[in-house]
Amino acid sequence: MTSAFFIPDPEGQVPSPEGYFGAFGGKFIPEALVAAVDEVAVEYEKAKNDPEFARELGDLMAHYTGRPSALTEVPRFAEHAGGARIFLKREDLNHTGSHKINNVLGQALLTQRMGKSRVIAETGAGQHGVATATACALFGLDCTIYMGEVDTQRQALNVARMRMLGAEVVAVKSGSRTLKDAINEAFRDWVANVDRTHYLFGTVAGPHPFPAMVRDFHRVIGVEARRQLLERAGRLPDAAVACVGGGSNAIGLFHAFLPDTGVRLIGCEPAGHGVETGEHAATLTAGEPGILHGSRSYVLQDDEGQITEPYSISAGLDYPGIGPEHSYLKDSGRGEYRAVTDDAAMQALRLLSRTEGIIPAIESAHALAGAIEVGKELGKDALLVVNLSGRGDKDMDTAARYFGLYDEEGSK
Amino acid sequence: MTTGNIQLLGDTLDRAKAEDRAALIAYLPAGFPTVDGGIKAIRAAFDGGADIVEVGLPHSDPVLDGPVIQTADDIALRGGVRIADVMRTVKEAHEATGKPVLVMTYWNPIDRYGVERFVRELAEAGGAGCILPDLPVQESALWREHAERHGLATVFVVAPSSQDERLATITAAGSGFVYAASLMGVTGTRASVGEQAAELVRRTRVTSKIPVCVGLGVSNADQAREVASFADGVIVGSAFVQRILDADGDEAAGLAAVKELAAELAEGVRRTSERS
Repeated sequence: MTSAFFIPDPEGQVPSPEGYFGAFGGKFIPEALVAAVDEVAVEYEKAKNDPEFARELGDLMAHYTGRPSALTEVPRFAEHAGGARIFLKREDLNHTGSHKINNVLGQALLTQRMGKSRVIAETGAGQHGVATATACALFGLDCTIYMGEVDTQRQALNVARMRMLGAEVVAVKSGSRTLKDAINEAFRDWVANVDRTHYLFGTVAGPHPFPAMVRDFHRVIGVEARRQLLERAGRLPDAAVACVGGGSNAIGLFHAFLPDTGVRLIGCEPAGHGVETGEHAATLTAGEPGILHGSRSYVLQDDEGQITEPYSISAGLDYPGIGPEHSYLKDSGRGEYRAVTDDAAMQALRLLSRTEGIIPAIESAHALAGAIEVGKELGKDALLVVNLSGRGDKDMDTAARYFGLYDEEGSK
Repeated sequence: MTTGNIQLLGDTLDRAKAEDRAALIAYLPAGFPTVDGGIKAIRAAFDGGADIVEVGLPHSDPVLDGPVIQTADDIALRGGVRIADVMRTVKEAHEATGKPVLVMTYWNPIDRYGVERFVRELAEAGGAGCILPDLPVQESALWREHAERHGLATVFVVAPSSQDERLATITAAGSGFVYAASLMGVTGTRASVGEQAAELVRRTRVTSKIPVCVGLGVSNADQAREVASFADGVIVGSAFVQRILDADGDEAAGLAAVKELAAELAEGVRRTSERS
């Protein structure tokens, strides 16, 4: 049953062979990386058609990650969302605490198949970095993680986890010192060390084949959720809701529902201090098409194509780009994207903690805040599924400061 | 319709070849340390003996550049450099010297500005062409159509990892010259320029008669001479930028250092007696 869970339905088989989802995607990369990126594409095509690859990945997902992940109904939380029925897809219960492990295990297997001995990755909140460091420990691969200096401070727990797992963590001091700059630095490393190094890209952005491949590895989220909902609620949901930074957990949830046109696909972007303030990372709400990190997609940029500095309280969503398939879903109208402020996300984080005993990541809290809005709009007959993409342990310092939870002496 | 200076670029490379030497190509970012200061720096590079200059259009996310050019781009962008300033830099540098001036930039600024508008303005400014290191040949059809119509060269980059078949595709699509990356990595000075460069030039020449110029890592006369023994041009960027950074705000000292480095390198590209 699990053997083909990550392979997309041929009916919905975008992108094109050149890596385009409509007008978005492609492969805007330096010549030095063309051979390596092509190798990833060829190796992935081979792996997709190899039952042994599916078996290995299926085993890891079942016995290492702990899939399928639970689907939890949250009625006390839902009382605050217009009384709609809400189910959470519990990616926070995966090994390492987020959805990121799904993609990482797939690409780690691919790294082995390509005969490469070293992995590099970028990370924002540190969840992709931790998952990558975990897989490298498991497979005996050298591991270097690039992380913006701002993020190493606000996600210090995850820096310690990565180092405990044996990874080298490089604090990136250029630009806005967040996720975008970590990706720039990882690309610089890859160009110089491409012979033995795989860039284990963490989201559904980047040059083809990464947006499609990373999506395929996360597609299991929606496949499981769809089946679990049919069993538990007896019908498909009215909406599937997820947070979007680069967009990997959202596409993972959405993709299996693409043919179900009655299911609204709702992505929640970080509005930071408010889109009108300019301090946000709401790429699809406020961006324009452009090229960043290897593909054409919506980008936060000025009138001359300089990328503008994003802001979000959530390190994992603090990114001025977005995966090209989301841009395609937005323009085609199949996907809906709305912006959620820091404050709304933090209120949702506390609400879920206190009504259901589940502390979500600040990233996932953006989806919860969006679900509260959508639930109120749709009323009590609505059925929603929300991707709880990660757990909030890593965010306790930020949350404690935000809500003033430290004792007087401990707060400074 | 104004025509760009692709012909001047070709003539300049031909003349260097006729003199049995490699051409010296300097890279300097526009707006660094200021727009006017950047124009003076380009003129100093030409005065010192550069044959061709590449003007960098600074970008917020220079993923192919090392720390030196990242720093220069950052200074230029914080100083508020705009594409109009880049065009003025090209125009003034070309008009003052009569030499070929190209632009080097990442693709997003041009994509956002509008390909047709950018090409037209660059041709009007007297530009000779553009180097686009993150625009692969497969995505370049629109750019090439406009560049060809306006007399601008399209300089593609090739790398040691480029396979022979791909080299042929790239040299067939490109014009002016081909930029051969001497090694796998980002811009910045290196202690030595690898043997990979000579092999890449050899493989590239098999596919085309287009001149092949080598960049990445070259910073001194000895390296320039070594590269000149097998390539049609030697491209130097970070070493020039570093001279200006080292001058620490003293404009006269920075310009003198740029001119001095250009003179050393110009001597390097001429010391090719062992060239076979």
